[in-house]
Amino acid sequence: MVELWNNYIWPFAWIVLLVLAIVVPLLLAVAYLTLLERRVMGFMQMRWGANVVGPFGLLQPLADGAKLFLKETIIPTGANRVVFVIAPMLTFILAFIAWAVIPFDDGLVLSDINVGVLYLFAISSLGVYGIVMAGWASNSRYAFLGALRSAAQMVSYEVSIGFVMVTVLVVVGSLNLTDIVMAQKEGMWFFIPLFPMFVIFFISALAETNRHPFDLPEAEAELVAGYQVEYSSMTFALFFLGEYANMILMSGITTILFLGGWLPPFDIAPFNWLPGPLWFFLKVLFLLFVFIWVRATLPRYRYDQLMRLGWKVFLPLSLFWVVVTSAVVVAFDLFPAK
Amino acid sequence: MSFIDRGIRSLLLTEIVKGMALTLSYMFRPKATIDYPAEKGPLSPRFRGEHALRRYPTGEERCIACKLCEAICPAQAITIEAEPRSDGSRRTTRYDIDMTKCIYCGFCQEACPVDAIVEGPNYEYATETREELFYNKEKLLENGEIWEREIAANIAADAPYR
Repeated sequence: MVELWNNYIWPFAWIVLLVLAIVVPLLLAVAYLTLLERRVMGFMQMRWGANVVGPFGLLQPLADGAKLFLKETIIPTGANRVVFVIAPMLTFILAFIAWAVIPFDDGLVLSDINVGVLYLFAISSLGVYGIVMAGWASNSRYAFLGALRSAAQMVSYEVSIGFVMVTVLVVVGSLNLTDIVMAQKEGMWFFIPLFPMFVIFFISALAETNRHPFDLPEAEAELVAGYQVEYSSMTFALFFLGEYANMILMSGITTILFLGGWLPPFDIAPFNWLPGPLWFFLKVLFLLFVFIWVRATLPRYRYDQLMRLGWKVFLPLSLFWVVVTSAVVVAFDLFPAK
Repeated sequence: MSFIDRGIRSLLLTEIVKGMALTLSYMFRPKATIDYPAEKGPLSPRFRGEHALRRYPTGEERCIACKLCEAICPAQAITIEAEPRSDGSRRTTRYDIDMTKCIYCGFCQEACPVDAIVEGPNYEYATETREELFYNKEKLLENGEIWEREIAANIAADAPYR
């Protein structure tokens, strides 16, 4: 009995505790990201944004959450009930399990696996299933078209994201996310030597998370709300949370790959007083701001332009840069000996 | 050579960066928002809001029941009935405006020879029931008493342009 407790129950409880320590702040961050988006968009359009509920509108996300929670969940008669309900859960879960390998500080990571990048790539590729399932199960043509677009878009941009990650891996020589950050401590943050890759990665991240200017799957003007059109109440809220959690996740991955993760910009007095997780948070916050900033600036791409950009610009460009980076690494014998 | 120029421009995202800089600069501009119930926008003296029936400073009501307003009202929102009063002067016994019909064109005010019916500066008279918007003479005269100062000032301010 004691053995059962020591070997199974306590470790399990500990893991659950750690997971909660990541998921609860993340959920809060998602909630406040919606507020940040409304405020920043408002400011950029010379409005105040949501500022009425609570001081500076800080209670607005709670009010929105309560509203969604109290609404009725409507399942259309023509829908495939099981898949219809599973789809938002899948999106939500996939957006959160990726955080298992994200290091917040040196050693501050739930599971420090050696194939971290591969894991992230696998999870973000699975993300498309939630959307495809939602679009199919809704039995609605808007939802179906939205899901089709989304699937094609995410698959296209994953290719260039993959190549961008490969350049980073060539420079670092490890798939472990902690190693990738530590490699930037010795040299410089990768966004300087790999700047074009950084830009391509960020733009692909916009497409991957279905954000403006690539939000064709939900394009309000033409598809009403795309794959979300039949969803209401908590099923909708799960999609919403998943989408915003994905934004935070992609910002986190960008931070780790290019912006030096938890490292301070300069390893000198005033900068290295701040703890690592705070630096990580600040960098993610900056990237999220850029996500919103882009949304406030750019109009939506047309679908063929989106595909052209993905396959005829980003793919050759990232492929070219993989070759250039590899050539430089080999020519100057910079390959990290592992 | 222009395709090189164009290619480099699109590769360096110059136009997108310019656009982003513009939106960022807008972020720091003063906001156009009016914090409505606490803060209100300016109104012209010609603003056509809630109706009112005015009185002379002596307390005598201005309306002489000529029914010009009733005749001109394009929405037929005004209903007037009149009878000679005990002192022989012609006065209304009924003056109703259906505010749900009114289109706020201001023709009644234009038609009135004695400046009796006017559209005042009040626009906050939403009600919970439809019936409350069927104004009668009593309600209109009451509005006139409440808003007389503003209405008189507005008429004076607009006088040079008529």
